[in-house]
Amino acid sequence: MDLEFSEEQRLLAQSARRFLADNYDLPKRRERIADAPGFDRELWAQMCELGWLALRLPERLDGLGGGTVDCAVVMEAVGRALAVEPLVQNMVFAAALLDRSGCKDTELAQALATGKTLMAIAHAEPRSRYALNRVATRAEASDSGYRITGSKAVAHFAGAADKLILSARTQGNDNDKHGISLFIVDAGAAGLTVRDYPTVDGLRAADLSLEGVAVSTDALLSPVNGGLELLSTCMDEATVALCAEAIGAMDYLHAATLEYTKNRKQFGLPIGKFQVIQHRLVDMYIALELARSMTLLAAAGMDNGSPQERARLASTAKVKTGEAIRLIGQDAVQLHGGMGMTDELDISHYFKRITMIDATHGDVDFHLRRLVALQASDGLSH
Amino acid sequence: MQLELTAEQLRFQEEVRAFVNDKLPRSTRQKVDAGLALTKEEQVDWQKTLHERGWMAPGWPVEYGGTGWGPVERHIFDEELAMGGAPRIIPFGVSMVAPVLMAFGSDEQKSYFLPRILASDDWWCQGYSEPGSGSDLASLSTRAVSDGDEYVINGAKTWTTLAQHADWMFCLVRTGQGGKPQEGISFLLIDMKTPGISVRPITTMDGGHEVNTVFFEDVRVPITHRVGEENKGWTYAKFLLGHERTNIAAVGRSKWQLGRLRDIAAAECDDDGHPLVDNPDFARHLASVQTDIDALEATVLRLVSRESAGHGPGPEASILKIKGTEIQQRLSELLYKAVGNYAHPLFNEAHGDTLGPDYAATLAAGYFNNRKTSIYGGSNEIQKNIIAKAVLRL
Repeated sequence: MDLEFSEEQRLLAQSARRFLADNYDLPKRRERIADAPGFDRELWAQMCELGWLALRLPERLDGLGGGTVDCAVVMEAVGRALAVEPLVQNMVFAAALLDRSGCKDTELAQALATGKTLMAIAHAEPRSRYALNRVATRAEASDSGYRITGSKAVAHFAGAADKLILSARTQGNDNDKHGISLFIVDAGAAGLTVRDYPTVDGLRAADLSLEGVAVSTDALLSPVNGGLELLSTCMDEATVALCAEAIGAMDYLHAATLEYTKNRKQFGLPIGKFQVIQHRLVDMYIALELARSMTLLAAAGMDNGSPQERARLASTAKVKTGEAIRLIGQDAVQLHGGMGMTDELDISHYFKRITMIDATHGDVDFHLRRLVALQASDGLSH
Repeated sequence: MQLELTAEQLRFQEEVRAFVNDKLPRSTRQKVDAGLALTKEEQVDWQKTLHERGWMAPGWPVEYGGTGWGPVERHIFDEELAMGGAPRIIPFGVSMVAPVLMAFGSDEQKSYFLPRILASDDWWCQGYSEPGSGSDLASLSTRAVSDGDEYVINGAKTWTTLAQHADWMFCLVRTGQGGKPQEGISFLLIDMKTPGISVRPITTMDGGHEVNTVFFEDVRVPITHRVGEENKGWTYAKFLLGHERTNIAAVGRSKWQLGRLRDIAAAECDDDGHPLVDNPDFARHLASVQTDIDALEATVLRLVSRESAGHGPGPEASILKIKGTEIQQRLSELLYKAVGNYAHPLFNEAHGDTLGPDYAATLAAGYFNNRKTSIYGGSNEIQKNIIAKAVLRL
């Protein structure tokens, strides 16, 4: 057992932090998010050059063969800088899907790694809430492959993507766990309409309408009808990466709030001298450390173990991170007083981003229920 | 002790309900429903409608245009307005500066300002907080130096709600030095059109423009626009804080919001495809906030009864501010959580629709915006200090 970062990981953390500190501040972020695609393509190209997009890709696809811990190291720096580039979707989610699916398309993997092809994952639907099995989008077998019809909801950066990985039902009823398949669809495919919009936390997402979008059998990324387990286990990795992003952002929020309370004077004293303020900063710190520990443990556990064990780790990390998000986000604003409410200060931008991380891939309630279900199925198998 | 409303009170409740139903413009109600900001015209129009019915200032003495209602009727009135989706009455004129003028203003001030406040002819804003003086309000440093029959004012006020609409500001300024900080403060009425005043908008994190910073550069205000005595402003400010406090609980508004939350939860699915409102976890959240609202309402009613018996609300009113705002914040949180993924899209009229439900559009922004409620009007930390000192004598 060793929960220390390796020397390589420490260097990666340092370089990621330095790169983002050099290239990010609030004015630059405002510029980047003002219009579609909602991020800086030049910066994206540099992130690719740094090798970030190849981190999670296996060596058999000419990737660097790194693990989730390496991705988490980068994501923590991303969170700290409040960067908006679609790293969770590409560096982690798409790469994990290509890896775990057994996909042999080295050309596609390299296009992902070099930034030539931007990918987005469309798993949610307008009525699915957070449940991955609630897929009403249908893929009907045709002579040359499949025709896909349905709707997908709030797919981050799908508006800028060249290729979409989406879940569609090849068999069964809307809520069945069996019968879901994953497809890779070209963003320009006939019959696909993309409604692209900004999100409240400065990112972009899109809703998709598919009307008989034709794909060949080559577009299948998962076993036919067996896509849910692949999607779920890859989303667990992406969820841990999101937790790491939140840790970076909360680390910044806590430090900034601590600094503010040391400087802001009322009643003749820095407000940080009041015990009621001190205890709140301590509670924030404790919540952050627990979430940090759990996220690290979960990241380290993503590369091995059973899908159930990975699910348990990812959900536990998301619960502890979600709890920390609520406490740290709300108190960072509260302790900054009116200034915390302003668009001018970065505090509110961090608050909005972490709040939306809690509402991505399932919130605290969702993951607690998932843990209950995992416990129940575990009990049955013993 | 009697829990039921009297027959007369029930009739009154019906009357108010019917009035709101008839007179509140549909477009205004829809905006309130959707959590959107009203224009100045929409706000003033509604207040003038209330004024025509003689209901603009239920808390005022009858001789100034009040209704003569008892505290129970006033509570019914507040609640019916909120439940009917009416916009809140902007409190700065009618509920805040007016009682101060009645108690401490000159005859000229009373006869000029009070009728205009009643008719919503003037829009008032509050000049209290400063960049360096928030919770520690008494440390304020905006200076008023007397020069003949005028004060010359220099400084800045901040978090000034809707100052962009305001005709007048009631303002705390420093006129005296030495002694306790509370002792050198005066209470002035300032015409917002006076040269030297500039209003700079503050954009809040939900993208809204509700608050401002107001700058004063050699602004000349007639000494006749001072309320009461020089250097006694803190007394008047404290009087103001002790006034009209039961509605700060905003129970009616929270009940209405809970109804909206239930409607949305009935329209949404949980992760198994069942109505969210029936989901055990979510139903528990709803029940929990319902108990908070019920207990707060019971507390409001106790304070109202005490008022009927001739006692003021007292420092216990801080309970209402703390719990009232906690409930509002909890409701806004459950609202955005209810819509799952559709909390994410940024509402933008220019932008067009998502495939999600219309009601989802402003829910995350509502959660962000509601964080202000535990900060404004004396932060909840300051309210706890008040209870610790004035109730518990700690």
